[in-house]
Amino acid sequence: LSGWRLIMNRFSLHDIALQPEQLRRLLQDPACGGYAAFEGWVRDCNDGRTVLRLEYEAFGALALREGERILDEAQQRFGVARARCAHRVGPLAIGELAVWVGVSAPHRGEAFDACRYIIDEVKHRVPIWKKEYYQDGDSGWVNCERCAAGASPGHGEPLAHEHATHVQRIASAGAASISRAAPELNVASAGAAVADAGSAVAKGR
Amino acid sequence: MSAPELYGLVLTGGRSRRMQRDKANLEYAGKSQLERAMQLLTPLVARCFVSARTDQLEDPRRAAYDTIVDVLPNLGPMGGIHAALHAYPDCGWLVLACDLPFLDTATLQHLIAHRASTRVATAFRSSFDGQPEPLCAIFEPRSLVLIEESLARSQQCPRALLASSDVELLELPNPRALDNVNTGEEYVAAQAALVAAPPAAAAASAASSASASASASADGATRRRLKVRYFAVLREQAGRSTEELETQAGTPRQLYDELRRLRGLTLAPEFLRVAVNDEFGDWRSPLADGDTVVFLPPVAGG
Repeated sequence: LSGWRLIMNRFSLHDIALQPEQLRRLLQDPACGGYAAFEGWVRDCNDGRTVLRLEYEAFGALALREGERILDEAQQRFGVARARCAHRVGPLAIGELAVWVGVSAPHRGEAFDACRYIIDEVKHRVPIWKKEYYQDGDSGWVNCERCAAGASPGHGEPLAHEHATHVQRIASAGAASISRAAPELNVASAGAAVADAGSAVAKGR
Repeated sequence: MSAPELYGLVLTGGRSRRMQRDKANLEYAGKSQLERAMQLLTPLVARCFVSARTDQLEDPRRAAYDTIVDVLPNLGPMGGIHAALHAYPDCGWLVLACDLPFLDTATLQHLIAHRASTRVATAFRSSFDGQPEPLCAIFEPRSLVLIEESLARSQQCPRALLASSDVELLELPNPRALDNVNTGEEYVAAQAALVAAPPAAAAASAASSASASASASADGATRRRLKVRYFAVLREQAGRSTEELETQAGTPRQLYDELRRLRGLTLAPEFLRVAVNDEFGDWRSPLADGDTVVFLPPVAGG
């Protein structure tokens, strides 16, 4: 089973809708009595502003590597049998599934803990960026607002470890058009075959 | 806030007492010093001028270029710098003496890449005395007031001005790049040295960056061919997803400082992480020719 785990790409990026039922099936294991999953959805407001839609952009090669590392850590740290994470890239509408994390383990405790660990680490470490488009026509890259020269990172903690409460105001000219994600982005080609995402990593290594 | 536009000024105004002739017209490899200096500087700045006294305006070599004539007479280089800042007070000025036969493009690019536009000037530290070199330096708009104050005190030495001002001091990548030529003997020696080993960029303009591999110029300053990928807010600020450039930057930190100025990136490096060749990297680790560098804004997945 461990050999199978190694060749599978457990962290994947997708430019079409995630399919949790398919992802869940990949975690089934006769040795596991507990399964926990987390779904992150696109919310219609952030920091008091009405969000109409958003867009994720990823540095594909490094995102896949770092994602795999996080899943490795979770499996070692909590002793869970299987763990996966799938993240969307590109434009998303309100209510859409943005990120899915699933873990299976012998018992529920490790499953809950590992699931929580994975989503927290993914948010802080994986090079994926979120641009929000607001009702007032403005748009902004979440977490980048306080990063101009002269500002202070403060408290010695990397800013990437803070949650999205501020956004950078971008010149309104940019707000009108949806920018496409970088063309070289490594994305799973089809949601129908989730395991296809494995090829992206295999090629990247 | 981006840096004020950069203009160039080649100083030719001084009389060469020791050489007994007009230094601007001294020739190396068939080119006058003035011609060489203008060719080095013009591709690197928005506009480039020759500084001259009124009595030099008729000189056909100078007349080939846009000229800024001294406002105040007989003040030496300080008069030329003053006239330029007086004429275009909103620009930064890269000021260059014309008698620097060893100067190369790489040295000027290094100066521009490390420009600190919020300070009075950016200059190299002299290899001889550790003082700022005023005649291959960038004078920012705020230096005009200081120059006028200095002149009002009959203080005409630009080196003294910089030594007592808020100046960004850089180490010379090539310690000989600013050696100048004041006597006939030095001229003969310089001619011989240049024939033996011409400065890498003497014949080429900034467009020489087309070369595909890292090259060590005559002075040993290593240049690297690097690829940069931009994501998210930095992609929007840079106006591109990727670029390739030839640079003297030896670490990701130096590269980011260079690109920040070149592309007007507003994010401070303290907020970024860096990746080299698709793996997280260190800001201070040396870059190699052919490396791909990505600067990572604060992430926001999930």
